[in-house]
Amino acid sequence: MSLRIAIAGLGIGLSVQVFPVGAQTPGQPPDTMAARVEACTPCHGNQGEGTSDVYFPRLAGKPAGYLYNQLLAFENGRRKYPPMNYLLEYLGDPYLQEMADYFASQHPPLPAPVPSDVSQDVLRHGEALVTRGDASRQIPACASCHGPTLTGMEPAIPGLLGLRPNYVSAQLGAWRYGTRTAKAPDCMQIVAGHLTEADVTAVAAFLATRPAPENAAPVPKGTYILPFFCGSQPN
Amino acid sequence: MRSAWLTLLLFLASTGTVAQAQDNRTVVVTRGEYLARAGDCIACHTAPDGQIFTGGRAMPTPFGTLYTSNITPDPETGIGRWSPDDFYKTMHSGRFPDGGLIYPAMPFGSYTKVTRADSDAIFAYLRSIPPVNQKNRPHDLRFPYGNRSLILGWRTLFFSEGEYKSDPSKSAEWNRGSYLVEGLGHCGMCHSPINALGGTPQSEAFKGGLIPMQNWYAPSLTSNREAGLGDWSIKDITDLLQTGVSARGVVYGPMAEVVHNSLQYLNDEDTKAMAVYLKSIAESGTRVPSSSALPTTESSLLTSLGKTVYDARCASCHGAQGEGKPPHWPPLANNQSIEMESAVNPIRMVLNGGYPPGTEGNPRPYGMPPFAGLLSDNEVAAVVTYIRTTWGNRGTPVSAREANELRSAPLN
Ligand code: HEC
Ligand code: HEC
Ligand code: HEC
Ligand code: HEC
Ligand code: HEC
Repeated sequence: MSLRIAIAGLGIGLSVQVFPVGAQTPGQPPDTMAARVEACTPCHGNQGEGTSDVYFPRLAGKPAGYLYNQLLAFENGRRKYPPMNYLLEYLGDPYLQEMADYFASQHPPLPAPVPSDVSQDVLRHGEALVTRGDASRQIPACASCHGPTLTGMEPAIPGLLGLRPNYVSAQLGAWRYGTRTAKAPDCMQIVAGHLTEADVTAVAAFLATRPAPENAAPVPKGTYILPFFCGSQPN
Repeated sequence: MRSAWLTLLLFLASTGTVAQAQDNRTVVVTRGEYLARAGDCIACHTAPDGQIFTGGRAMPTPFGTLYTSNITPDPETGIGRWSPDDFYKTMHSGRFPDGGLIYPAMPFGSYTKVTRADSDAIFAYLRSIPPVNQKNRPHDLRFPYGNRSLILGWRTLFFSEGEYKSDPSKSAEWNRGSYLVEGLGHCGMCHSPINALGGTPQSEAFKGGLIPMQNWYAPSLTSNREAGLGDWSIKDITDLLQTGVSARGVVYGPMAEVVHNSLQYLNDEDTKAMAVYLKSIAESGTRVPSSSALPTTESSLLTSLGKTVYDARCASCHGAQGEGKPPHWPPLANNQSIEMESAVNPIRMVLNGGYPPGTEGNPRPYGMPPFAGLLSDNEVAAVVTYIRTTWGNRGTPVSAREANELRSAPLN
């Protein structure tokens, strides 16, 4: 019994069953993307839904252009996480695009919002920054780029739902310390540069309490106008 | 009237030769580009997020960090003012144009075998790429290694200058393969035991060794107990070199880089020539496997835990009997690279997982997940012991300590 759980937890036992029938040539692995990205699933989940590790992000349903930009950044070291930098190093860009498309097209349900252990004041502060920003400190509302429903916009602005607070804090920290960078102008580097530790804690906690909207898909390109231009989101 | 005709004729003739000269130039440049691929210059002379051939790539060594040079034709910071003679001197003699000594991290110990014509072609190619103004970053070597005169000692011991001499008793194909493997391919730079002085004694060439700082073991290309290819078919060898995967095994780690940046670009004839040569240098006969370093009760406990881990985590891809689904999911039974005396590579594969390189022949490779976060040191040791010792594999058990030590091996 415990063995079966171990297998299911790793995803390998399960993934064999989700391969479409007929894709398997005898003696060969299934000719599917699911089989090709099995190297990713222990950390990101079978369909990219994330795992219990709070620092391992969900990939499913994020805009394909965004995921592709991240894979390129890991490939050339602009974004650093050695186990991933190593895996992606010699794969070639068209294949990374295929991996991005694959995870973008997966739609496992978003996780239920988690009750937060921070105070109501902190949550209110987080809500204010996310929905309205703070003009006096040059902080634009997160929603002004990530969308009124925080589900992101095609092709390269990610949604902010379904991410755990530790992951969001770590990413904002990475931008502040320069270990994560995106194509210039790097909007998030600018935004994160204006945030204090307390701001980061507040937005990360608030975001995690948001319920999933009915339609969690990123909105089409051009649905709203960004407050300023971001290098990773083509005009 | 006559003179007008004559002028026209002369004009036509002259444009003809100009066009022809241009054609010859492009032929030479194209050949130079191909040879630069065979030499894998790009691997060292291009930084991960940098422009091609501008150098600046860090090469960690036991003596400190070297930074590779800008070899674009920029006159100030690259090799724009160099002559073909200067370039040949670097490739052939390991010296700068002013006679200064070059660190052997630039593999001139192998490139010395390159012919003058091939050196000129590579130089013509490098002259044809866009110049980039980017200053070389100074090396960062610990005292006293920053003193270049120390290179003299290394040269005396390990460097023998000289172009490749073909062996008339062997076929043209064998000689071509030998020229590529021993010369531009600089395979011996990794596939030889690197001694404390940072050199490869000739007699040890291709005998295999642990690559310093990277903690990957480059197996012997002569011993059939390691990566000697004596009992491989020519097709399996050419598949491995050209696509990164084969029915017998796959490449990973630093060898994935070599296939990705260099070997996949070689044409079929050159690849086959290398295969013929590599197959021929494998020593006949097999070594007796070294006996187990662990007490038998301990190793049989390891093996039974190893089987449990294997069946749960590995068998879905590598098969219950280690048969795999080659070439994409490599077989582990009868796979030399697992049975080698050094267990560094299989331990690292289990910890770090990996993808073979994306190549034209295999653009969408299948991958293996990293298990570092999923298995304890004991489980890693157990499963590696299991795959090294079952299905007729004749490797030796590994200990949890060995597994633990490799958790901190650098990933890039
Ligand atoms: C060892 C665990 C591990 C494995 C295996 C792994 N990842 Fe990741 N991945 C991570 C972590 C941790 C991050 C966040 C890194 C950071 O802090 O920036 C990440 C980030 C990402 C991101 C960026 C997500 C975002 O929202 O910004 C993408 C895309 C991604 N991984 C894709 C992949 C793919 C594709 C594979 C398989 C080829 C893979 N990963 C394998 C752990 C892993
Ligand atoms: C001006 C536009 C803009 C604003 C304002 C903005 N973002 Fe972003 N954000 C982006 C872009 C563009 C990316 C994608 C960056 C990349 O490609 O790496 C991004 C990415 C992120 C990510 C990474 C998501 C992941 O899955 O790794 C997080 C977290 C994030 N933003 C949080 C915030 C928060 C919190 C705020 C408000 C304090 C905010 N952003 C405001 C444009 C913006
Ligand atoms: C294994 C890494 C490696 C490979 C492969 C390599 N080089 Fe180098 N190269 C170096 C290093 C390191 C230096 C700097 C040596 C020094 O400063 O003494 C260097 C220096 C040079 C220089 C001297 C330039 C200068 O002004 O400093 C030239 C020219 C050169 N390499 C050409 C090539 C060519 C052509 C190839 C491919 C046929 C090649 N290299 C392959 C590591 C490499
Ligand atoms: C940068 C170091 C490096 C260079 C240069 C290099 N190799 Fe390797 N090679 C390795 C390592 C490490 C391995 C072990 C990993 C593996 O099996 O893929 C290896 C493995 C191999 C294998 C065994 C593969 C198997 O499945 O058993 C062969 C054959 C091989 N190399 C041939 C060559 C040839 C031919 C060249 C020159 C053209 C070369 N190597 C250059 C590092 C290198
Ligand atoms: C999802 C499929 C998959 C699973 C599960 C998997 N592997 Fe692998 N394995 C691969 C692939 C693909 C490669 C080739 C990787 C590369 O070239 O970087 C490989 C390579 C290897 C190698 C190197 C083979 C060689 O030719 O030298 C070893 C050793 C290995 N795996 C052992 C294991 C062990 C032990 C486990 C279980 C703990 C395991 N693998 C689980 C797919 C898998």
